[in-house]
Amino acid sequence: MSVLVYAEHDNASLKDATLAVVTAAAMLGDVHVLIAGADAATVAQQAAQVAGVAKVLLADDPAYANQLAENVAPLVAGLMANYDAFLAPATAHGKNITPRVAALLDVMQISDILSVEGTDIFTRPIYAGNAIATVQSADAKKVITVRGTAFAKAEPTGGNAPVESIAGTGDVGISSFAGSEIAKLERPELTSAKIIVSGGRALKDAETFKAVIFPLADKLGAGVGASRAAVDAGYVPNDYQVGQTGKIVAPQVYIAVGISGAIQHLAGMKDSKIIIAINKDEDAPIFQVADIGLVGDLFTLVPELTGKL
Amino acid sequence: MKIIVPVKRVIDYNVKPRVKSDGTGVDLANVKMSMNPFDEIAVEEAIRLREKGVATEVIAVSVGPAKALETLRTALAMGADRAILVTTDDAVEPLAVAKILKAIAAEENPGLIILGKQAIDDDCNQTGQMLAALMGRPQGTFANEVSVDGDSVIVKREVDGGLETLKLTMPAIITTDLRLNEPRYASLPNIMKAKNKPLANKTPADYGVDTTPHLKTLKVSEPAVRQAGIKVADVDALVAKLKEMGVTA
Repeated sequence: MSVLVYAEHDNASLKDATLAVVTAAAMLGDVHVLIAGADAATVAQQAAQVAGVAKVLLADDPAYANQLAENVAPLVAGLMANYDAFLAPATAHGKNITPRVAALLDVMQISDILSVEGTDIFTRPIYAGNAIATVQSADAKKVITVRGTAFAKAEPTGGNAPVESIAGTGDVGISSFAGSEIAKLERPELTSAKIIVSGGRALKDAETFKAVIFPLADKLGAGVGASRAAVDAGYVPNDYQVGQTGKIVAPQVYIAVGISGAIQHLAGMKDSKIIIAINKDEDAPIFQVADIGLVGDLFTLVPELTGKL
Repeated sequence: MKIIVPVKRVIDYNVKPRVKSDGTGVDLANVKMSMNPFDEIAVEEAIRLREKGVATEVIAVSVGPAKALETLRTALAMGADRAILVTTDDAVEPLAVAKILKAIAAEENPGLIILGKQAIDDDCNQTGQMLAALMGRPQGTFANEVSVDGDSVIVKREVDGGLETLKLTMPAIITTDLRLNEPRYASLPNIMKAKNKPLANKTPADYGVDTTPHLKTLKVSEPAVRQAGIKVADVDALVAKLKEMGVTA
């Protein structure tokens, strides 16, 4: 079986999310990695070094500068004549492009897989992870997004795959990129952070969130996350959200501060290795999944913890 | 300009789903069902565009069991002008729903189709993108802000690192994220009025769409359950525990 993996990148560096996809793909067959980008030769070189990659395809075309789904999907659909499966990370980017590819191939996508049980059998979470479905695909070609936290990351070095340049399919001309507001991260990215400190609605406002959560995170070298309630209330931007519809994280340590633990939030972090909860309500659902709980006022406890670490 | 808004009847957001003991699925008997929350946001956005004079008509569509009528009534009570119910008792996959929506779009010629980004039951996050592919039209997924500008629609999208803005030529497909708007509640008079709004009854066969599933669910199981751990008395005890586990500053 031959598998095409969609590489997540920003034309300068290969994103970590790709590495878990390579691991999942290797369970199915020979792994080729597609880089669709503009001036992305550096990314292709990085992908070529990933252990387990047999070949890298580089489609370098201005039409792929921002990897618009309208332009990338026809490229992938065309390449799929030579492959049995297409795998992409279940990131905002992968989720945008992959169903478009699936529809062009008349295939039902298998979203957010947790494991590979056979060449056509996979497990995936449904109902915000409150149930796990084992599904079998009847499609000749498999189109899949992969949950990054469910697979080990392939080694970023050790491979030496050839890079083949391929022609792009051009600009379809129905969409264009008009700018972005990408926050410069001063802390580890959530999906790859070893420790995450997350805050909830109890943090009151943006200033308080910053004053309470950030010092603890910085002391621990942790990433900062938030519940939907905290994001909706405007304490932090949307890309901080952990949960069913936000980011799915599984760090070594997840510290939930003032988060009650709605099922939608738990869906995004319950695979963390150790969960620590600080909340004033001792009956909060977060304590049902926490390894260590501390009941009390977070406004005194968190600064005290930051000081004593 | 018409706007089509597909809506799905799903388990209510606040209900904790229970896996059936025979492993065939999630128990939905006697469980509260509601409109998928992302679809409510889609209905709201469509109504706001009509209220601004950008759109002229909002058409709600649901593909599902006869009871999806209730979900369409909710959309009508919120302010949609008419509804189309495509009835089927089969579990319909996103690809088949996208094919049905494409056929409806071919009849209605909407300028925008606004969908929820994902349904909270199957968590697929596919239908909008698939519909856009089948129609050969652009997609603005995970929308945070939508504005129509002539024959284009500007969509600010929630992406992993922040926000991204795209300009799409209409007709276009938009999928909603949580912060696009806050859906209104239907008032009692509007709920009464909704009962008299036009509603067409269809089946997948009317659109020539085969809904045979491509994916077979072999088993549905409970996820590994996390056991509650311990509670510590104070910060000193927490710091000691953290040190024990090797977590230190």
